[in-house]
Amino acid sequence: MILLCLILIPLIAGALAWAAARWSLSACRWIALLAVAADFVLTLVLWGSHSPAGLGTWLAEADWEWIPQVGIRFHLALDGLSLLLLMLTFFLGALSVLASWREITEGVGFFHFNLLWILAGIAGVFLAVNLFLFYFAWELMLAPMYFLIAIWGHENRVYAAVKFFIFTQLSGLLMLVAILALVFVHHRATGVYSFEYQDLLGTTMPPGAEMWMMLGFFIAFAVKLPAIVLHTWLPDAHTEAPTAGSVILAGLLLKTGAYGMLRFVLPLFPHAAASFAPIAMALGVAGILYGALLAFGQTDLKRLVAYTSVSHLGFVLLGIFVWNPLALQGAVMTMICHGISTGALFILVGALQDRIHTREMDRMGGIWSTAPRLSGAALFFALASLGLPGLGDFVGEFLVLLGAYRQSIVLATLAAIGVLFATFYALQFVQRAFQGPNTLNWRIPDLVPREGLVMALMIIALLWLGLYPRPVLDTFEPVMARIEQMAPGR
Amino acid sequence: MLPLLWLVPAIPFAGALTLAVLGPRMREKAAAVIGTGSIAVSAVISLFIAAAFLTAPPAAGAYTQTLWTWIDVGSFRPAIAFYLDALSLVMMTVVTFVSFLIHVYSAEFMRGDEGYSRFFAYMNLFVASMVTLLLADNLLLLYLGWEGVGLCSYLLIGFWYQDPANGLAGRKAFIVTRIGDTAMAVGLFLLFHNLGTLRIQDLMHAAQSQWPVGSAYAIAAAALLLGGAVGKSAQLPLQTWLPDAMAGPTPTSALIHAATMVTAGVYLIARTHVLFALAPPVQFAVAVVGAATLLMAGFSAATQNDIKRVLAYSTISQIGYMFLALGVGAWSAAIFHFMTHAFFKALLFLAAGIVIEALHHEHNIFRMGGLRNELPVAFWTFLIGGCALAGLPLITAGYYSKDLILWSAANSTAGGMGLWAAGMAGVVLTSLYTFRLIFLVFFGRLETAVSHRPGLAMTVPACVLAFLSIVGGFGKLPFEALLATALPQFREAGGGMSEALASAAAGLAFLAGLLAAWYAYLQNPSLARSAAANPAGRLLHRFWFSDWGMDWLYDRVFIRPVVWAASANKADVIDSIYDGLAGAAALCYRLLSATETGKLRWYAAWIAGGSVVTLAIVMWL
Repeated sequence: MILLCLILIPLIAGALAWAAARWSLSACRWIALLAVAADFVLTLVLWGSHSPAGLGTWLAEADWEWIPQVGIRFHLALDGLSLLLLMLTFFLGALSVLASWREITEGVGFFHFNLLWILAGIAGVFLAVNLFLFYFAWELMLAPMYFLIAIWGHENRVYAAVKFFIFTQLSGLLMLVAILALVFVHHRATGVYSFEYQDLLGTTMPPGAEMWMMLGFFIAFAVKLPAIVLHTWLPDAHTEAPTAGSVILAGLLLKTGAYGMLRFVLPLFPHAAASFAPIAMALGVAGILYGALLAFGQTDLKRLVAYTSVSHLGFVLLGIFVWNPLALQGAVMTMICHGISTGALFILVGALQDRIHTREMDRMGGIWSTAPRLSGAALFFALASLGLPGLGDFVGEFLVLLGAYRQSIVLATLAAIGVLFATFYALQFVQRAFQGPNTLNWRIPDLVPREGLVMALMIIALLWLGLYPRPVLDTFEPVMARIEQMAPGR
Repeated sequence: MLPLLWLVPAIPFAGALTLAVLGPRMREKAAAVIGTGSIAVSAVISLFIAAAFLTAPPAAGAYTQTLWTWIDVGSFRPAIAFYLDALSLVMMTVVTFVSFLIHVYSAEFMRGDEGYSRFFAYMNLFVASMVTLLLADNLLLLYLGWEGVGLCSYLLIGFWYQDPANGLAGRKAFIVTRIGDTAMAVGLFLLFHNLGTLRIQDLMHAAQSQWPVGSAYAIAAAALLLGGAVGKSAQLPLQTWLPDAMAGPTPTSALIHAATMVTAGVYLIARTHVLFALAPPVQFAVAVVGAATLLMAGFSAATQNDIKRVLAYSTISQIGYMFLALGVGAWSAAIFHFMTHAFFKALLFLAAGIVIEALHHEHNIFRMGGLRNELPVAFWTFLIGGCALAGLPLITAGYYSKDLILWSAANSTAGGMGLWAAGMAGVVLTSLYTFRLIFLVFFGRLETAVSHRPGLAMTVPACVLAFLSIVGGFGKLPFEALLATALPQFREAGGGMSEALASAAAGLAFLAGLLAAWYAYLQNPSLARSAAANPAGRLLHRFWFSDWGMDWLYDRVFIRPVVWAASANKADVIDSIYDGLAGAAALCYRLLSATETGKLRWYAAWIAGGSVVTLAIVMWL
């Protein structure tokens, strides 16, 4: 029941917030904030109450009939992996509501409606264990995000929103085809129609068909992730979206792609995934290097941060397909920490754009002297991004590299050079925006207490993840162990 | 006393945190008290720990303190744990004590600076990271400290951020050292993959038992760690960042870029000496790198005219001596030279800082002169430091440590007369550039008027360091006895040079350099000028002045291509594929919509044509 609440609370609160906006904007904002905070507290309760012994199977489950004739059920389930990603979802969700507090002044009600419905969709993606329901939630994320970009975005918002929609929708349709194919293959083998995840696991299928179906899923998730070649929607969408949109895109939507790989691609199609793994790993490493190089070349702050996501998510892709415990745990760790550090960078860039009305680094410089706290926070998250030990991102990336070294020394070395490349763009970001002479004489207010609180929470989270990540690692360790067991030949 | 070990890094860290959060609203006095006080407490604790360690040595000569398990994935379980043996004890004590003196000095030196509390926050963070590096029980925690000191170095070089040149120097330092760090990280992967742990002591045992001498794994692992060491310690070929690092405030140069951080590479190699002993070619490479670096940097130092850059090249050159010692297996000689160098080089920077501040931030030694009587404390301390650097026989600490290295080079099994000769040439050069500096700055005519005189907070630390630069060398024997519990003894090859002969040669080399400097800069000042004026001399001078052209080379080979590629591909060439698709779709749209003309005869013609084609297909296919 608690799982259903996780989805229903934002859905209902979204509608309420939209309605409340007619009377009071701050009521609307408070409803949204409280709803997301309540969900966050619920996930904390779940995290606190789970017993290590119970980690082998689902921690919690909710199951209702929906269309029983074809095996479609409203089936939600939670394990360590989805629990942590849900915590991240509502943590970043609450912070994005706070970050939009002053930025959004037009259409406040509809904005929060969209925001909350995206969060509900994401929660659905992380919870669904019926493929039909999963696809439903997958699409539910899409439309509100389109509106968020197209209505509250910046200069080039319609182009970006349409591009985002086409990429994700087309790749989503490929996944739908693959889901249907899988269900029919399963029906042919067993005589039962079922969209249930548990039923479909271990379906016997011909190798050729397995590869095609795997690719259907893989491409849908690789677009979201994004893997290189399929990444070009991302910089436009991230750059044009309002701050909350960028935070949710980078922090959460990308993670649904990685989650899909972990939950579906590897377990459902282990043989095809294993034979495809070298290509996927190469794509991951290419993404790390190419994304970093692209980020280094940008002059638009948001674009720069957007391309760093391509680079960091390359580590996730690499880690997933390396497919050993070190790399898998590193990949999940990177997902969580990247959500926080990149989310924070987007919030900071948004706060800066709000104050000086530009994102061009050529028109910045010397911000440190007028807004030291904002600049100091930017420095902190830039350091997290370049993989400074002691902060969360380092733990994830190091584990991925350590695991990758067992598979391929060359790929691990190239990916390690990618960490070096991260230094280029991260220091460039700090130098050109915040240091140097203040030639344009910016005089801007420093972080206000609301923003300071958001930053402080994110800084503490990253330090904690960097210095004492064990509670988090322990939570998803059994899930990763199970995924690791599914690798062929093990 | 030993259980207090964790406080040594924790207190400076707490100081840094306090200053970062509350600093902007703090008065200078409060910031100085917190910044200096935290290091003082840390230094006192480490002195107590040293006393406890020496009076009652722990079992097996080492004490381990585990705070918590950091990461726990399968068999990968690095802990936040500290390891104290004679080696880390010496390093920790020297680092905290010298840091304390430099913090006291900074409290006055930085007075009135806009970023006063920020400076102390960075400096405290540096000390915390450096101590973590030294005490780390496993290579991952060492790597944390390693990157942490690199970060602080970057932050402090670019401390005066409004000048883009400082930022550039900071980024250069961070990136160049990170190139080495990348190699080191790969080394960590290799060690963990093949030996299954990152705990240093376990690693050393496992390596010794599993890898034979000269095994490919040992060679690869040692070479990769050496990559990290040459980056951090500014040795060939990654030495180019250190001279530019002088853009930072002078206390930073004294602490980070002379006394402590740049010797981290020396510490790393000494800490993992087993690996290097298993990889003779790499260990020999360490010696060669050291010898080559000490010579190259010596020539460069003799041509610089910025007082801090002379000292920077001298640091590179002196660390070259430490590498030379490590390479020939004289482990404790390297650490001994680290200690004396920390004293006299920090002293030289502090004295130089007094001069620079007295002359309105003048760095050019040719616009200094005659300061002997104007700034007596600076003169005498600088003279003592300079003598220690150049190796004034029998009196100074630098003489004892360098002499030990030279003798070891001549008598080692791996070394030989070539390495010794390089070291001796280095002594001549060192003496030459040191006295060139002293003569130009403190003798001759007064070139620039003194506008500011140092207070006690600046002169007292300099005097303490001057004292240590002299007496630090007298403790050679107990020092070696202490280190023998942590590092292997030097293995002497038979039939080498006697100690007396080596000492006499070093003393003569010192005198030769001193006399050359005296003749060329005091007695006959036109000589140096005319030597630099003739074409060959000018070319050589320019070559050495620009660090043997290596900056130029790296700029052409590495920096420009990367920057060009990044800016050329700013719009992402992959996106043009999709733009092409979109363009093709738009083209189809235009072509098709062009057919919708509203003219009936065209429609009829299309229908007729289409029918014919369809019929044809049906009939013939």
